[in-house]
Amino acid sequence: MGMTMAEKIIAAAAGVSEVIPGDIQTVTLDRLMSNDGTTHLTIDMYEKLKNPRIADVDKLVWIVDHNVPCDSVKTAASHKKMRDFAKAHGITFYEGAGVCHQLMMENHVTAGELIFGADSHTCAYGAVGAFGTGVGCTDYLYAMVTGKSWLLVPETLRFNLTGKLPKGVYARDLILTIIGQIGANGANYMAMEFGGEGLKTLNMSDRIAICNLCVEAGAKTALMEVDDITLDYLKAHGRTPKHVFKSDADAEFAKIYDINLSTIRPIVAKPHFVDSVVEAKKCVGTHIDEAFLGSCNNGRIEDLRAGAEVIKGKKVHPLVRFLVVPASQAVYQQALEEGLLQIFMEAGAIVMNPNCSVCWGSCQGVIGENEVLISTGTRNFKGRAGHKDSFVYLASAATVAASAIKGEIATADMV
Amino acid sequence: MGKIFKFQQDVDTDQIIASQYLLFSTIDEMKTYTFESLDPNFAKEVQPGDYVVASENFGCGSSREQAPSVLKALGVKAVIAKSFARIFYRNAINIGLPVIVCKDLHSFVETGDEMELDMKAGIVKVKGEELTCTKLPEYMQGILDQGGLIASLNKED
Repeated sequence: MGMTMAEKIIAAAAGVSEVIPGDIQTVTLDRLMSNDGTTHLTIDMYEKLKNPRIADVDKLVWIVDHNVPCDSVKTAASHKKMRDFAKAHGITFYEGAGVCHQLMMENHVTAGELIFGADSHTCAYGAVGAFGTGVGCTDYLYAMVTGKSWLLVPETLRFNLTGKLPKGVYARDLILTIIGQIGANGANYMAMEFGGEGLKTLNMSDRIAICNLCVEAGAKTALMEVDDITLDYLKAHGRTPKHVFKSDADAEFAKIYDINLSTIRPIVAKPHFVDSVVEAKKCVGTHIDEAFLGSCNNGRIEDLRAGAEVIKGKKVHPLVRFLVVPASQAVYQQALEEGLLQIFMEAGAIVMNPNCSVCWGSCQGVIGENEVLISTGTRNFKGRAGHKDSFVYLASAATVAASAIKGEIATADMV
Repeated sequence: MGKIFKFQQDVDTDQIIASQYLLFSTIDEMKTYTFESLDPNFAKEVQPGDYVVASENFGCGSSREQAPSVLKALGVKAVIAKSFARIFYRNAINIGLPVIVCKDLHSFVETGDEMELDMKAGIVKVKGEELTCTKLPEYMQGILDQGGLIASLNKED
């Protein structure tokens, strides 16, 4: 019987010719990413091991991105522990260079790899046809020490894309629509696979945004068919694929969805669930206190261009803080060269260093009691961006920029 | 017997332990903030041997292992839900916190009821009834039996 992309990657990593959903396989990992959200705990556990060792240090990438620059003495201690350990063991280490998944895409990930990341949005790597999945620090440590782990082979949901997104509609609107359709656990334990003619109309930035958010439907991983856009991206970043896998014609999918991109409209996810989606038009007029353009989901150059196009020559509403946070130093540098940061600053936005920022609610820009944020971040859970009684709406860069101007939720065609 | 603390559906890991506590040095420092947004008294009231009962998709969201870890550190004996989000489920097993699916328990009980779980038999005893759970696959039960993934690694070494 045929296999899906996810099944083929697991089979290759397990060294077997065939796997089926529900199998538990022992796999060899290609890459292991960890960030400052949990690495201090991983190190504590490592130091208590009976036989501490690292199977292959070249596979490890450690990234300080969540609370950078450091916001407290406690965080400083966690960061120092991570920095010292990375240096002592020769682990590839980034600090302040960008959000972990963006740095992984820019510098490390390639097609056909199986990657554990100690961060739920590791599924973003599917944008280049890599099987990325989020794990906790115990899983991470086990894989770091042994080079291997156990993996339950997931079923796959297949999304056949046709058509093209209308002007002013973005990948973020598409994936929020899908999550709204299948629900916050609609892909729980499963892989989400994307293909079809419509995929060719989506650039790498779009693909990352889509795969990144699949965990919000519960997915174990997300995978996109590898095509010329993928290969060009990898080539431009100096990498070649490990494997190029495609689902077989007779592969079995748990369910197949056909999605015509031309039917997608600007979407907003309302507090406090990512699947609580409505057309952005239905939220127009909702008061906001803060707007955020950034994150591993939507902090790339394409997102900054979309936001800048909306806000150019206009002003941020006087009662709104508009935070603009490029996802990496490379994005920051390019935005500077293209004059985008100047556009944001002239509009009155606060432009900040690459980091996770208010998307994870423990660093810069947190919101207070009863405040409302509109965000290109990953989540809108209760209290996610600060006070437990605050509210987060998720939307595209264009909708966020338009809302920052109006002081209330607005779509780009309204400003 | 342990006391039940009942929660609803889609409880995400930010509610179990919020981001601003994650970079504290130890789990013991974090645990007093468990479920702060949903039940501020939880960490004070929960006793070792008590149970967390939830509806669908418990533990969705972030991969933070601090979420099952603070529950374990507070002495929660097991989490029984109608379904779990996969990263929480996997993390819980890896750290040795029993988690099990029981479709009928959530609607049958309230916070404060007393129950007992036989993890290996997959049976919950509560209010004079026996409810059946979905037993863990053998491989995962094996990790739990050894006290978690790191304990099993230390035994292998």
